[in-house]
Amino acid sequence: MPFGQGRGGGGGRGRGRTDKKNADKQQAQRRPMFRRRKVCKFCADKIDDINYKDVKLLGPFVPERGKILPRRISGTCAMHQRKLQTAIKRARQIALIPYVTD
Amino acid sequence: MADRQYELVYILPPETTDQQAAELHEQVAGVVSRMNGTIDKTENWGRRKLAYEIAHFKEGVYVLEGLTGSGALVKELDRRLRVIDQVVRHIIVRVDEEKKVIDRTRTKRQSESERRRVRRGLPPQRQPGEGRSSETEEPDDDRFDAMEV
Repeated sequence: MPFGQGRGGGGGRGRGRTDKKNADKQQAQRRPMFRRRKVCKFCADKIDDINYKDVKLLGPFVPERGKILPRRISGTCAMHQRKLQTAIKRARQIALIPYVTD
Repeated sequence: MADRQYELVYILPPETTDQQAAELHEQVAGVVSRMNGTIDKTENWGRRKLAYEIAHFKEGVYVLEGLTGSGALVKELDRRLRVIDQVVRHIIVRVDEEKKVIDRTRTKRQSESERRRVRRGLPPQRQPGEGRSSETEEPDDDRFDAMEV
């Protein structure tokens, strides 16, 4: 259950901002809903190069169906989602990643 | 105009022998050198499974070439690769600009961290055994799980 429980208790601090927008970078703030804050994988791990040849890196962002995982689920920041998008599309062209699978 | 760096990846049928692959590499190299370009590196990834069928092939031999040259070279190379039946699929991507950006962010991050460390009165480079070790991943750290569709 990926984004189920929050880390420990601490409810009351999260302010009333709507949850999707609340992807600011610093401070682990907890919302009352106990939903885990999503962090951009590439920012957190300091991955600069999102390369189309790196299937291992791209794999988790392409679920079974073959679609690109949306930002609202993966938590990737806008800049990295953009780079990810071009990388995945290039990888598809040379059959490293499927366009569709059913 | 200054030359640009490109990457060419092409896919050959799975039954291609090393010799045939080498011949094709020669052809590519011929075109590149004729147009005043250079091949910087060649990588043969060997036989890989294709993510989807191309021309009834389920596998393919992948070859990567790093090139430096002009736009006219790429245009010509692209045209020729399209004509060669042996090449199942190919892609040419320009890489120099992205490389520049990556280098810039890397050096920027490096100098930033050094600056901050000096400010805190620490030596600019990270000492061995300092801070949290990177190997022991925290079991609690599951900020990112790619799933849930």
